[in-house]
Amino acid sequence: MVDYFLETFSEITWLASSPNLSFVLAVTLAGLPIFLFMALNALIAVYAERKISAFMQDRLGPMGQGVGLHAGKWGILQTVADAVKLITKEDIIPATADRKLFIIAPFILFTASFTAFAAFPFNEYLVAADFNIGLFYILAMGSVGVIGIILAGYSSNNKWSLYGAMRSAAQIVSYEIPAGLSLLSVIMLSGSLAFRDIVAAQTGTTLAILPNWFILDNPFTFIAFWIFFVAGVAEVNRTPFDLPEAESELVAGWMTEYSGMRWSFFFLAEYANMFIVAGVASLLFLGGWLSPIPGYLEGNLWGIFWFISKVSFLIFVMMWFRWTFPRLRTDQLMRLCWKFFLPASFVTIIGVGIWDLFVR
Amino acid sequence: MSGQLIIFWIVTLVTVLSAATVVFSKNLIYSAVALLFTLLGVAGLYVFLWADFIAVTQILIYVGGILVLIIFGIMLTHRITSVRLSHSSMQRGIGGAIVLMIFVGLTSMIFRAPWYRVAAVEPQETVRQIGRLLMVDYLLPFEVASVLLLAALMGAALLSRKVN
Repeated sequence: MVDYFLETFSEITWLASSPNLSFVLAVTLAGLPIFLFMALNALIAVYAERKISAFMQDRLGPMGQGVGLHAGKWGILQTVADAVKLITKEDIIPATADRKLFIIAPFILFTASFTAFAAFPFNEYLVAADFNIGLFYILAMGSVGVIGIILAGYSSNNKWSLYGAMRSAAQIVSYEIPAGLSLLSVIMLSGSLAFRDIVAAQTGTTLAILPNWFILDNPFTFIAFWIFFVAGVAEVNRTPFDLPEAESELVAGWMTEYSGMRWSFFFLAEYANMFIVAGVASLLFLGGWLSPIPGYLEGNLWGIFWFISKVSFLIFVMMWFRWTFPRLRTDQLMRLCWKFFLPASFVTIIGVGIWDLFVR
Repeated sequence: MSGQLIIFWIVTLVTVLSAATVVFSKNLIYSAVALLFTLLGVAGLYVFLWADFIAVTQILIYVGGILVLIIFGIMLTHRITSVRLSHSSMQRGIGGAIVLMIFVGLTSMIFRAPWYRVAAVEPQETVRQIGRLLMVDYLLPFEVASVLLLAALMGAALLSRKVN
């Protein structure tokens, strides 16, 4: 998008004379929608989560008696009310907290998710900054967010926060390894780190009728998809991997002392990270913006629709996980990662190599 | 001054100032946080050299791995934050002389060395070239390095094991 804006601006006479101004303007125009999208994503995801959890527990969830009463029809305005509450809430910094780090921590976490979104393609052309190593960049930015979590836990000067932060850091650093390794199988098949090429490698059909997505390419990529997806759920600290913020043990983990706007930054980052994990999974394994019926319903707008649908479905599965599985114990969590996922992801890499050389 | 140059100077300034904070801060955890900005700044400098893969690797390895471990280590160490890091200097005369010698030596070397200059053209693809170099031209050093890392990994696992 940045390149597109720069090209457009070079045709406008009064802007073409000052490259600095047009550069700043192009970057802002490409970056601002990301911020708005993150907020919108959280707004919708929170409502969806409330409703889905309610339906799974045979409840109604947020409801209203009509427009203007309570939270609107079917409680649609519930998250809007939540947002207003969060913005107007008192901003509390504990007296014994490390003030500087306490203030900076939410911004590190939020900035990490925000910058990761910069390389995120919604269809072939709709991407803020298109570069050759987009996938690798998103993985790297995902690992920066951990620093924000650790600092939040440390600076709160509170035992729950500290425990939560340490659990979170150990969990994210561990699960990054199987997540990264399972993506390697797709990179081997597509031979590129650019989302453009990875999705382009998934066009066409396989087995006569099915779309040629990497998840259906061979049995090893099918396993790799599930390793990545479950490891991704662990990386965003969601149930059944929500030990860092286990309510019954740690109040709210590393977020315990946060309130108001600072807390909502954590919240935005959490839902943005869910979107990133679901997005990477659908771009690499589920064909990204490609249509599930090859040859039909294709085009740029359909591309956005298919991509968002795939991501929404995966986010729904994450929410489904939350109300299905009980929380893992720390030793079970680590055993799952190091003794099952890690060897399994190595097997997928070797398996995909053998498949590509001999079976195909 | 072009926009690119302004960004370059901002990145350089962030790198140098945060590196100074790493050294001069009395609080260990502040040093670690300042190191975050130093490492990000260095990654930015790599981007200016068109080494995009190295820049992202720098963030992934140093920020996502090593810095997290450093902060983790600080948090696990009992009362380490209450330790006042002292920067008292002894034998200032001799120390200063040695520092000056090293500085002059390095500076003269920087200006005299016949630097390998790359044409100022943005490379089309970096990852493919790096992969080819690692897996074809420099395969033996690459494999030897991986064996070394494996040995280090096994050593760490052995050390952290409970002795019966």
